[in-house]
Amino acid sequence: MCLAIPGKVIETFEENGLKMGKLDYAGTTNTACLAYVPEIKVGQYAVVHAGFAISVIDEQEAQKTYALWDEMVETAAREGLDIFGVPHNESHDDKNQTAKK
Amino acid sequence: MKYLDEYRNPGIARRIVDEIHQVTTKPWVIMEICGGQTHSIIKNGIDQILPKKIELVHGPGCPVCVTPLEKIDRALEIAAQEDIIFTSFGDMLRVPGSQKDLFMVKSEGADVRIVYSPLDAVKIARENPDKKIIFFAVGFETTAPINAMAAFQAKREGLKNFSLLVSHVLVPPAMKALLSSPQNRVQGYLAAGHVCTIMGIEEYKPIAKEFDVPIVVTGFEPLDILEGILQVVKQLENGKAEVLNPYSRVARNEGNKAAQELLKKVFKISDRKWRGIGEIPMSGFELIDDYAEYDAEKIFGMGNIEVDEPQECISGLILQGIKKPNECAAFGKSCTPQSPLGATMVSSEGACSAYYSYAKR
Ligand code: SF4
Repeated sequence: MCLAIPGKVIETFEENGLKMGKLDYAGTTNTACLAYVPEIKVGQYAVVHAGFAISVIDEQEAQKTYALWDEMVETAAREGLDIFGVPHNESHDDKNQTAKK
Repeated sequence: MKYLDEYRNPGIARRIVDEIHQVTTKPWVIMEICGGQTHSIIKNGIDQILPKKIELVHGPGCPVCVTPLEKIDRALEIAAQEDIIFTSFGDMLRVPGSQKDLFMVKSEGADVRIVYSPLDAVKIARENPDKKIIFFAVGFETTAPINAMAAFQAKREGLKNFSLLVSHVLVPPAMKALLSSPQNRVQGYLAAGHVCTIMGIEEYKPIAKEFDVPIVVTGFEPLDILEGILQVVKQLENGKAEVLNPYSRVARNEGNKAAQELLKKVFKISDRKWRGIGEIPMSGFELIDDYAEYDAEKIFGMGNIEVDEPQECISGLILQGIKKPNECAAFGKSCTPQSPLGATMVSSEGACSAYYSYAKR
C-alpha cells in the first residue's frame, strides 16, 4: 500500500490550484501531484505514491550509499575473495563447515 | 541513475548477504513493519539466503489487512445506497466484510469505482453534482497526506457532495504496542521507508531507547532491504539500539514538511481499532471538527456493528509477528487468495498472500 515508484519529471503545470507534473517511469508517462515537493524541477526524480510525489530523490545521498556498496565489492575482489567473501579455492557452502573438516 | 535497477544488482546483494553472514553470531528476530517489504522479501527469497539464526517476522504494515471488519461492513452498507458513487483504492475491493466484499456489492449494481489517486475521486465529485461521492480513506502516514489533500481540495472548491470514510492508522504506536506485549519476540525493526519519508525519524528515537531495539529506516528494493537487515544485525551484535537511516536518498530525517503541515490542517490523532490486533490508543487519524461535513461516518452514521472474525484465522498473531502464515491450518487449504478467510490473505501485501504467491510453503 505504501509502495512508491521513482519517476523523472518531464513537465510541470498547474491544475485546480495544485502544482502538477508529467513524469516518466522508465518509458511510461503519467501525471502526478507535486504539491508536496514544491521545490522540484524538470529533470529531477521523485518518488510517487497514489498519484502524489512524496519526495525528491537526493542524488548525492544515493551516490554516497552506492559508493559504499561498490567499495565493499571491490575490497572483496582485491582480497581475492569471491562475491560471497569466500577465498577463490573454497566454495561458499563449505564456508561454515570448513572448521569441522 | 534511474533509481530502480541499481538497487537490484545481484553482485552487490551477494556481498551484503555475505557481510550479514559474517557479522551474525547469535539468533535474532527482526520485524519488517511494512507489507510492501514483506512482499519484496518473499518475492526475492531474501528470507531464504539469510543466516539460519536470523528470523524475519512480518509486521502489521498492511493498511488493507488491518482495516477493521466493521469498517468494511460500513463501507458495504454505504456503497449499496442510492445515488452513491463509492470510490476506493483497488486493493480494498476484495477485502471480505462479515458477509460480502465491495466487488460483490458492485456486481449487485452498486456504483463502486477504483481510483488511482484520491484526486480522481474529487474529480468524480466535481463531475457528478447530483451524486454523493465517498472515498475510502485507508492507509498509513504515507497515504494520509494524499487523502488529506482530497478533503482539503474538496473544501477549497466548496464541493458539498464529497466525503471520506476514514480508517487511517499510524505506525509508531503499533510498533510500541507490539514491543509492550508479553508475547513479543521482536528484537529489531526495519522501519517503513515511505512512512518515514513523510513523518521523519524523530518519533522512533524514544521507542529505540525505551525498548532497547535498533530501528533502521528501510526502502523496498532488494539492496535496500539487505542493507536494512545488515544495519539491524550489526547493532544487535554490538548491543546498540539506535535509529539509522540508510534510505536517505528518499527519506529525509525531518520528513516532508509540506505534507506534515497539511496533515495537521485536516486530521487529528485518535484511538483506532486494528483488525486482528484490537484497539491501540492514539494510533490513527480522524478528520478534525472543521472537516466534519466531509466525514462519511458523521454523514451516514456509524452503526454499532460488532462482528467476529472466522475462528480458524490466526492473522492477528501473524500481524504481531508471533506466528507465520504456514502455521495456520487453513493456509492454502480453506484459505487462498481466491477465497480468503482473513485479511492477510487478501491484499498482495498481506503475509499470507505473499507466502502463497511466491513460496507456497
Ligand atoms: S492463511 Fe488465511 S485463515 Fe490462515 S491466518 Fe492467513 S488469512 Fe487467516
